[in-house]
Amino acid sequence: MTDTAALTPRDVLPASSPLVGEDAPNFGKSAGEGAVQYETTLEHNQHPPLPQPLPREGGGVSCAAHDLIVIGAGPAGLAAAVTGSRHGLRVLLLDEQPAIGGQIYRNITGSDKRRARILGNDYTQGAELARLLAASTVEHWPDSAVWQVGADKSVQVLRNGISQTLRAEAIIVATGAIERPFPIPGWTLPGVMTAGAGQVLLKSAALIPHEPVVLAGCGPLLYLLAAQYLRAGVKPRAILDTSPRVDPRLALRHAGDMLLSWHDVAKGVGLLREIHASGVPFYRDVRELRLEGDKRLERVSFASERQTHVLDCGLALLHQGVVPNTQISWSLRAEHRWNDDQLCWQPVRDEWGQLSVPGIYVAGDGAAIGGARVAGLQGELAALGVAQALERRSPANTVSRADVLRARLRRHLAIRPFLDRQYRPRDEYRIPADEVIVCRCEEVTAGAIRALVALGCVGPNQAKSFSRCGMGPCQGLQCGLTVTELIAQAAGLTPQEVGYYRIRPPLKPLTLGQLAGKTIHEHEVMRLNAQDSETFFTALDQPARFNKKLTTALKEHEQRVISE
Amino acid sequence: MPTENLFAPLPPEGEPPRMVTIEFNGAPLALLADAPLAAGLLVAGVRRFRASPVGGGARAPYCMSGVCFECLLEIDGVPSQQACQVQAREGMKVRAICGKPT
Repeated sequence: MTDTAALTPRDVLPASSPLVGEDAPNFGKSAGEGAVQYETTLEHNQHPPLPQPLPREGGGVSCAAHDLIVIGAGPAGLAAAVTGSRHGLRVLLLDEQPAIGGQIYRNITGSDKRRARILGNDYTQGAELARLLAASTVEHWPDSAVWQVGADKSVQVLRNGISQTLRAEAIIVATGAIERPFPIPGWTLPGVMTAGAGQVLLKSAALIPHEPVVLAGCGPLLYLLAAQYLRAGVKPRAILDTSPRVDPRLALRHAGDMLLSWHDVAKGVGLLREIHASGVPFYRDVRELRLEGDKRLERVSFASERQTHVLDCGLALLHQGVVPNTQISWSLRAEHRWNDDQLCWQPVRDEWGQLSVPGIYVAGDGAAIGGARVAGLQGELAALGVAQALERRSPANTVSRADVLRARLRRHLAIRPFLDRQYRPRDEYRIPADEVIVCRCEEVTAGAIRALVALGCVGPNQAKSFSRCGMGPCQGLQCGLTVTELIAQAAGLTPQEVGYYRIRPPLKPLTLGQLAGKTIHEHEVMRLNAQDSETFFTALDQPARFNKKLTTALKEHEQRVISE
Repeated sequence: MPTENLFAPLPPEGEPPRMVTIEFNGAPLALLADAPLAAGLLVAGVRRFRASPVGGGARAPYCMSGVCFECLLEIDGVPSQQACQVQAREGMKVRAICGKPT
């Protein structure tokens, strides 16, 4: 073990940084994290084992251009990248967007004062992370879409229209959360979007609804967006709250946790007060929500407190919490567990965030929902683990810093069990009626999946082969959770027994030209995306046939370009 | 076809927002600069980004964060690009995808 980077905990990041600050709230995401692993270790006052040193090829001399590749430039990825670089690691940060921030701090470097006022402190805190990144040695590649991560710690990335292969000693996946699917009648109509989409439009382009807007669903993000719209001068037509009635005993049972996360609770109460003071109609306990219209959204209908309602609106923004984006960890065949409190999959990790695949870590909401503050702490913890595994730290320093981070994680995660219970999405909005489309790409209905189960199909991959459900461009990202739960319910199995889609690269649409590293020409584009993924991998199993296809395509490409 | 827009920019406090001109389905269209292409198109009143390759129904951006692939457009000759993940650029040639891509 070397001691060249014998940094004290405070050396790692300045005390004022949002990565270590104590006062910053952790709000804006719903559902919680499986923090058990941290709590148990701390309760027994034992330190989790240090990460194993990573084996290096070439007798300890790295052939990779980078020690660490971080995927995703949200709070977890930024913290991981900055921490890694502070330990002397050569860090490459890959991100799909043109600027850093992920979804929560989207466009943080391009926002103005007015937007900052509308979006609030939770958003503007991201500016500090941007400053830390700018002051670091991290190499940042924006507009770079990762379409494959290999267990050999290779990364395939599409940048400037060309795909290239990168390698590193370790990878931290920080791909964050996605909004939970909200499969209800009419959710594919133009004019139906998510609350997250509303926020992105506000952050990235300062856009506000131009049509009467209805906000429907549950969870902190929905209330946050409502408050932000009110600050921007937009009064929503109505807020339809789908969460079940509050059980006062539940709140009482979690009183201790709430005290620990008092800042988050105060924040949530403040938002609701802001909404109620505005006089926006607020419907509680909303059931039988339907989106209606011909070719576009025209109205919503629902039941609330024993009455049915119909409201005209051109825009509806839906939200019922966020779930980890697990496409990369699934594609690595890493172990995953179904979390019944949060109704989603979580990759299994060690105390540093490392997957069952050595050298590959997941930090932040991509592993388990905890919100931006937790994501930042986990990013730092994972990078600490990588620095230790690459022997850039003394074990004593690693342990003391990790203890500090884990204690903060425990405090910030205290409120999650309450949020999980309070904002648990209703069954009717997760496991819909037969006529509802679950796979938006291939228009497969819940009824079609149930019919397949009746025929004896009890797995998502079988359902996929028979119905094309999950075979569209989104690779099942949008319908995966719904399909797992639908099959589980219909077959009388647990979601863990049912499992998930077998996720295969390319994780993003890709053309053969891009794959071959050739400049794209309008006539030569051969589409190769998730829809063709099965074909692609069948072809890969038969290299001769695939190579013939590729060679022919490239030959034709060259001939046409030369002849023109 | 452009109709009423679902979203609009906050009323400008100082300078009006910068614009770029793109080609959308063969016709020029002024769009917000410094914003995702999908955001600009929503402001310009485009509601139907593509037709579902299965039932032919109109589809438009749903998540704006790279998850749903509902905003897929052909951009500068490359099919199936996520319009929410690409910034609008002057002179961009954009086409809506109708039917099953080849």
